[in-house]
Amino acid sequence: MATISLRDVRKNYGNTEVIHGVSLDVADGEFIVIVGPSGCGKSTLLRMVAGLERITGGTIEIGGRVVNELEPRERDIAMVFQNYALYPHMSVFDNMAYGLKIAGKSKAEIRERVDKAATMLQLEPYLARKPRALSGGQRQRVAMGRALVRDPSAFLFDEPLSNLDAKLRVQMRLEIKQMQQSVGTTSLYVTHDQVEAMTLADRLVVMNAGVAEQIDTPMEVYRKPATTFVAGFIGSPAMNMLRGAANGTGFALDGGGRIAVRADELAGHDRPLLLGVRPEHLVLAGDRDPEFELSVIAVETLGADTLAHGRLAGANGTGDAFVARLPGSARVSAGDRLPLVIEPGTAHVFDAESGQRL
Amino acid sequence: MEKRVTFDNRLLPYLLLTPQLLVTIVFFFWPAAQALYQSLLLPDPFGLGARFVWFSNFEYLFGDSYYLQSFITTAVFSFFVTLASMSFALLFAVLADQVIKGEGAYKTLLIWPYAVAPAVAGVMWLFMFQPSIGVLAFYMKKAGIHWDPLLNGTHAMTLVVAAAAWKQISYNFLFFLAGLQAIPKSLIEAAAIDGAGRWHRFRTIIFPLLSPTTFFLLVVNIVYAFFETFGIIHTMTLGGPGQSTTILVYKVYADGFVGQDLGSSAAQSVILMVVVGLLTVIQFRYIERRVHY
Ligand SMILES: Nc1ncnc2c1ncn2[C@@H]1O[C@H](COP(=O)(O)OP(=O)(O)OP(=O)(O)O)[C@@H](O)[C@H]1O
Ligand SMILES: [Mg+2]
Repeated sequence: MATISLRDVRKNYGNTEVIHGVSLDVADGEFIVIVGPSGCGKSTLLRMVAGLERITGGTIEIGGRVVNELEPRERDIAMVFQNYALYPHMSVFDNMAYGLKIAGKSKAEIRERVDKAATMLQLEPYLARKPRALSGGQRQRVAMGRALVRDPSAFLFDEPLSNLDAKLRVQMRLEIKQMQQSVGTTSLYVTHDQVEAMTLADRLVVMNAGVAEQIDTPMEVYRKPATTFVAGFIGSPAMNMLRGAANGTGFALDGGGRIAVRADELAGHDRPLLLGVRPEHLVLAGDRDPEFELSVIAVETLGADTLAHGRLAGANGTGDAFVARLPGSARVSAGDRLPLVIEPGTAHVFDAESGQRL
Repeated sequence: MEKRVTFDNRLLPYLLLTPQLLVTIVFFFWPAAQALYQSLLLPDPFGLGARFVWFSNFEYLFGDSYYLQSFITTAVFSFFVTLASMSFALLFAVLADQVIKGEGAYKTLLIWPYAVAPAVAGVMWLFMFQPSIGVLAFYMKKAGIHWDPLLNGTHAMTLVVAAAAWKQISYNFLFFLAGLQAIPKSLIEAAAIDGAGRWHRFRTIIFPLLSPTTFFLLVVNIVYAFFETFGIIHTMTLGGPGQSTTILVYKVYADGFVGQDLGSSAAQSVILMVVVGLLTVIQFRYIERRVHY
C-alpha cells in the first residue's frame, strides 16, 4: 500500500502536448477514478504511472519514491487492461502465478496466494483452463486475480469493464469495489462511464483535453461542478445550460425572454453568464409562482421518472433545448406548457467566457 | 444457409481445374512415376537398353558407404542451415521490431538477399572466401586462421552452410517479423508489469506465442536445405572436397548426370521423396502437439 502523487505531470508526443500538467495526491488506500471523454488522456496518464509511457515533464511518486526513471517492474504496481492481456498459452493458474514465480516465491506460497485469490473471485473451477476457454466476465476476473495475488502497492485499471455487457458490468463494478475495500490497496481507475466513476470513486478526477478540470469526491463534483465541462459530463441527463445575464430579480436569456429566478447565486454578477440547472432539480410549480414555463416537445417515460424535453416558453424559438426530470406519476404530454421552479440552492452559475464556476 | 455460387454447366468446374491439374501431372506425377520406374531398371553401359532388376539398385545403395555418408552430410548440413537461418532471422526480427525510426529501410535491406538467385549467392560467397583472392579470406588469414575450403571438408561445409543460411534468412525474417507484430503489445506490457525482464519476456511470452510461425518455418527450412540448396553446392564446391559437401540432392545429380548411373540416381530420388515425406509427417505429428495456437 502506498500514496501516489503527481506533480505537474506532462506528456508530449512529438510537438503536441496531450497532458497539460496534472497534479494529484492520492492517499493510502484511496480509490481514485479518472473519468473523461474519449481521447482526453486518461490512459496516457495511467500508463505514465505504470511506467509504460515516458513522462515528459513533472514527477510521479509512488510510496514517497520518485518513479520517473524506474521500469514498470520496479514500481510495485499491478495493472488490469481493457483487453485483459491474459497470456493465451498459459492456464489460469499460471497466468496468476506468473508474477509470483518471477518474484521467486516458493511453490507453496504461490499455490496458497493463487488459491486465495481464486476463492475470492470464484475462479477455482477454472484454474486449469486456458483463457480462450473462459467467458468475458471470467477473463476479467482472472485479470483481476493476476493483479491481486501480487499484493502490489497500487492497482491501476484501464477501463476494465468496457468489454462486458451491461448487466455483468454492474456486477463486476460491485465486485471490484468490494475487493478493493477488503484489501485496501490504493487504486487508480480509468473509465469514460460516469456511473462507474460515481459509484466506485472515493475521489474523482474529471479530465478534459489533457487537463484535470476537477478533483473531488463524487458528491462534491455533482453538487459543485467546477466548470461547465464537468457540469455537462457528470449527471444524466446532462445539466441544462442557459446563456444570459443577471438582470434585476431575474435572468435575461440570450435566446430571448426572461425567467424570474429566485436563486441567490445570481446576485452581484453583471457579465455574461451560464445558468446551470440539473433536470432533476426542477419541480412542477404547483401552487407556487412558476419561475418559467417549459413548452414540451417530447416526453420519455422511464417508469420511475418522466423526462420532459422542450424549450423555455417565451424564448423566441432559438432558446436552448431543456430537459426536466419529473416523477413517474407526472402527467405530461407533448405540447404542454409546464410551469416549473428550480429547487432552492441547486442552481449553478458559470462565467460564460471561461466556463468557470462563480 | 451458406450461399454458394453454382454452375449450371457441368463441364466448367473441370475446365477451370485443368491447368492446375495439368501442371501437377506434367511436372510432378509424371516425373515421379518415371523415377520410380527408372529406379527398377539397370541401363547397359552404352545406354542402349535397360534391364529390369527389381530392387537391386536400392540394395546396392544401402551397401554403399558413400551413399550412407551422404545421409549424414545432409543431416549435418540441414541441421546447421536451419538452425543458423532461423536463429539469425529471429534475432534480426526481434531487433527490427523495436526499431522506430527508419523501419522501412531496415526491412528492405534485410529482405534483399531473398531476391538473389542461389547460384549467384554461391558464387558471391565463393569469391569472398576464396583462399587466394577472397576479401574475407584475406582478413581471416591475417587473423591467423588457417582457411582452406578447397581442401578442408569442414571448412567447405561451413562455407556452404553459411551461404545457404544467409540466403534463407530474409524469408524467415519476414515471417518472424509478421509473427512478432501480431503479438498484442498489452501482453508484453502486462509481463513487464508482472516483473519480467526483457529476456524472460522473450522466453516465456514472445517465443511461445511465435511457435506456430517457428514450426511452419522449421518445415519450410528443412525442405529448403534438402532440395533448394543444389545451386549453392553446385557453384561453390561441386560436392567436394572429396564427398564432404555432397548432400543427397547433389548426389542424385552427380551420380545420374555426371556418373551416368541413371538407375541408382532414380533410386536415390525415390528415397529422397520418401525421406522428406516422412520428415514432414513426423514434424506435424510430434512437434505440432507442442505448439500453442
Ligand atoms: N503514440 C501517440 N502519438 C501521438 N498521439 C497519441 C499517441 N498516443 C495517444 N495519443 C493522443 O493522446 C491523446 C490521449 O490518448 P489516450 O489514449 O490517453 O486517451 P483516452 O482518454 O484513454 O481515450 P479512450 O477513452 O478513447 O481510451 C489522444 O488525443 C491521442 O490521439
Ligand atoms: Mg484509453
